[in-house]
Order: sequence, then C-alpha cells, then structure tokens
Amino acid sequence: MRQLRGKLAPYLLSLPSWVYLLVFFLIPLASMLGMALAVGDPLSGYTMSDNFQEFVAAFTGYEDAFARSFWYGTASTVITLSVAYPVAYWIAFYGGRHKSTYLFLIMLPFFVSFVIRVLAWEFILSDQGFLFGPLKELGLLPRNFHLLSTQWAVIGGLVYNSFAYYVLPLYVVLEKIDRRLVRAANDLYASPATAFMKIILPLSAPGVFAGFLLVFVTNVGDFVNAALLGGPGTYMIGNIIQDSYFENQDYPMAAALSSILMLMLMIAILLYSKVFGTDTIQEYAA
Amino acid sequence: MSTTVSPLPSAYKPSRLGERILACFTWAMIIYTMLPIAVMVVFSFNYAPAGRIALHWLHFTIANYGDAFAIQDLTGALIHSLEVAIGSAVISSILGTPLALALARYRFWGKSATDIVIFADIAAPAVVVGSSLLSLFLALNLPRGLLTIFIAHIAFNLAFAVVVIRARVSGLDGALDRAAADLGAPPWVAFWKVTFPLILPGIVGACMLCFMLSIDDLIITTFVAGQTLTFPLWVYGAVKVGIPPQVFVLSTFIFTGGVVLALINVAVSHRRQAPV
Repeated sequence: MRQLRGKLAPYLLSLPSWVYLLVFFLIPLASMLGMALAVGDPLSGYTMSDNFQEFVAAFTGYEDAFARSFWYGTASTVITLSVAYPVAYWIAFYGGRHKSTYLFLIMLPFFVSFVIRVLAWEFILSDQGFLFGPLKELGLLPRNFHLLSTQWAVIGGLVYNSFAYYVLPLYVVLEKIDRRLVRAANDLYASPATAFMKIILPLSAPGVFAGFLLVFVTNVGDFVNAALLGGPGTYMIGNIIQDSYFENQDYPMAAALSSILMLMLMIAILLYSKVFGTDTIQEYAA
Repeated sequence: MSTTVSPLPSAYKPSRLGERILACFTWAMIIYTMLPIAVMVVFSFNYAPAGRIALHWLHFTIANYGDAFAIQDLTGALIHSLEVAIGSAVISSILGTPLALALARYRFWGKSATDIVIFADIAAPAVVVGSSLLSLFLALNLPRGLLTIFIAHIAFNLAFAVVVIRARVSGLDGALDRAAADLGAPPWVAFWKVTFPLILPGIVGACMLCFMLSIDDLIITTFVAGQTLTFPLWVYGAVKVGIPPQVFVLSTFIFTGGVVLALINVAVSHRRQAPV
C-alpha cells in the first residue's frame, strides 16, 4: 500500500497544476492555432477552413513589423547585455559587503509599475520636457531635435525595462566563479584580458544565454514601449496583434500573427534548450 | 587563504584602473535605473493644472496627495489590481506547491514534459499568452472581466511559483520526511508538521514574486480584461487624454510600500539568521 502510494504520489501531486496548465495554457495555444485557420467575422460566426491563407496573409502583410520586432528585440537585448555585464561583474567581484545593497538598488524599478516606468521615460524624453526643453532654450540642442517616436526611444525603453532582468542571471553565474581560478591565471602570467576571455567569460556563459533568451523573447513581444515611446513608424508585431483584436476585430488575423510569433520564438527556444538544457533557464528565470 | 597565494604578478596591476572605471559605470547605471522613479516621485509633488500632469516643473504642492483617491475609477482599478494580485498569488502558490514537491522529490514518467511546459509558460511572450487566452475565452463565449483576469494571472504566475518553491524544496534534506514516516507519522501529518514549515519561506517568496508580477502586468491583462480595468490598464488608457497626478501619487504609495516591505523582510531574515 505504501509502495503504491509512493508510486502514485508524484502524479497526484502534479495533477492540479497540470490540469490548470492544460486548460489555461496549452489548450488556449491550440485554440489560437484553430482560430488562425478559421474564416469569418464576429457577427456571422466562424467556420474552419483547411487552408493557411490567414497565415500567408499575416506573414506577407506584416513582414516589416516582424522584421522590426526582431530588430528591436535583438538590438535591445545586445545593448542590455553589454551594459548589464560590467555591472554584474563589478558587483560580483568588487561589491564586497554591499553586494545585496547594489542588487537592491538595481531592482528598485520592480517596485514601480511597468507602465509607469515607460510613462516616466515618455516624460523625460518628450520634446519640450524638463530635459530637452531647457537644452533647446540654451541652444545646446537643435530646435527640431527629438528622440521620442524614433526607434531609439523604443529600443531605449526596452533596454531600461530589461536591465535588472539581465543583471540578475549574470550576477548569479559570476558570483559562483571560484576566485582562485582567476588568481591561478594571474600566477601563470595571463593578462587580465586573457584571464577574462579564457575563464570568466566561458564560466558565465549560461547566465549570458539564459538572460539573452528571456530578455529577447520579452522584448520581441512587447508593444507598450512602442506604443508610448514610439510613433507610427515603430509599430511592432505586438501592436499589430493588439490592433487586430481590438481595433479591427479581425480575430483570425490576430491569431495567425500570434501563432507565427509563437512558432518563430519556439524554434529559438527549442534550439536553446537542446543545447543548454531547461534547468538552467528555470533557475535564472526566478 | 592569502598566505598560500603567491604575490600577484605585475600583470594584475592595470586592473585597478579598470576597477575604478567599472565602479563609476555601475553607479552611473544605478542613477539611470533610478531616474524614472525620481521623475515619478518629484512630479507627484508638482502643481497639476486642469488635473493633468505638466511636463515642466511649476511649483511644489502636496494638494495631489490630498486628492490621492479623488478619481473613483482609478481607485477602483487599483483595488481590482490588488484583489487580482493577492488572489492569484495565493492560488498559484497553493496549486504550485504540490507540483514543486513532485518535481523536486520524485522521478516519474512525464517529468521532463512537465519541465518543458513550466519552462514554456515562463518563456512564452506575453502577447502570445494573452491572445491565446482571449481566443479560448472567445471560443467558449466567456465574458471578459475580473474572472478572466484572475484565470490569466494564475496561468502565468503558476510556473514562477513552481520554480521558486521547487528551489526551496531541493535545498532541503529529504531524510527529515522519512524520519517522520519512520516515527509513524502518516504522510499528511509529516507534511504539515515537517515539510510545510520548512518550505514556508519558499511559499512566501513565491507569493511575493507572483504578487509583483501580477500587479505589474499590462500586456496579458489588456487581452482578457474586457471592460474591467486594473491599475496599469487605467494608466495605459489615460495616456491619450493626459495623465492625472493621482497616477504618480498612487504609484509613489505602491513604491514606498513595496520598498518598506522588502526592507522589513530583509531585516527579519537577518535577525532569524543571526543566532545560528
């Protein structure tokens, strides 16, 4: 009896979560794929079609939005990595007793709502705001200078919002590196640059990849930064999906666009987990 | 330890300068991190003509704080946010704890599939999660509102709860449970008397993380909210017509409350650890 219970235990324990995730995560994904294959409109109802016309239309119609999303996602993730790495490195290696204080300071934005953070940047970057306004008055900036509603404002917003999310996984891996390895490299007359390239960088690779994946996926799918900091020329795929649902009520199109986005990112994630395993990402995700 | 290490070769020296540069860079990034927060707090004290936040500094006033709850819709939206955040955090942790135990303590058929689903739930972009839930609700003809917001928030919080609690369970000695069993405790009693108190910090941590993710969420909520508004949704909708100062006032409250709670949490856990 006890043995049987022991065998059944993991299944009983995982049942509630599995049911929930099945009904409200996996089935919705399937239902979205189904919706993408449907034809019709909200009034007369939908019928299933057996063709992929919506997929083709979604892909060809919004090629530029897909390309833009992937470009913003890549650019913002690379920039975030390049600013987060030195910070995580310094905190992990030179933070001393105050490591957790520095991390706490970097995590302070988590206590402010995401939309408020983006809104505050809209304030800071606005053409006649308290930053650019006086600079223009003084003639330090040309009158027609503007940053808001350019792609750099959107990428900047994405970088700001993913900074802390990238520092954390990098800090975790850098903190774990045995300092004696660096000492040993120095003893063997490796230059600091060589020691960094041959020891620290390879050992911190899991954090670099885990953070890259999570930040990239989040940023490619974002539409809030593009909506508040960007303009008509910075529409990302998230904005298009949003509009298809709520402005045009073209549900099949919206579902097709989300499905394409999901499939593209899924390929990236599968490749990733094949190479690096899923445990590490889960570890850093939290 | 330093006695066993030979004196550093000269090649190590240039990195002193490098360290200074890194330190300055880190502080610059910390200031950059705080800039929008400072804007929020400072402008919450700015005089707001016509009930809209001005882009320039006009003059200091605390009138905005007196009217903090003057916009009923906004206050209502904040209450919705708090309800959803607390409710979804608690339910996600209750659902997630057993799965975390199963993943940390057992090998079973379907374990790696479970890992993949949990990972996918964390990694899936918010637009996809939101729009897929909306397509389910549309297919089921389920009216969008507070209930669907709850459902969606639990759906994305659950995976995070599992990961956090699992990390705590993995760090525990499974022998403690077996000892309880050997002493004749039925599994249920062993759980409540031994396992549960030990994993409680993990459950509390999961609740806090879920609360923060939920109260912050805008993207998934836009898809499933219907006419019901949460705090982020209200703010997002108000952008086109102008932001009332109450938005910054309430955010400053949330920020201060969050920081104070976090500091208390740090202080309490330090005190607990100190005697050991």
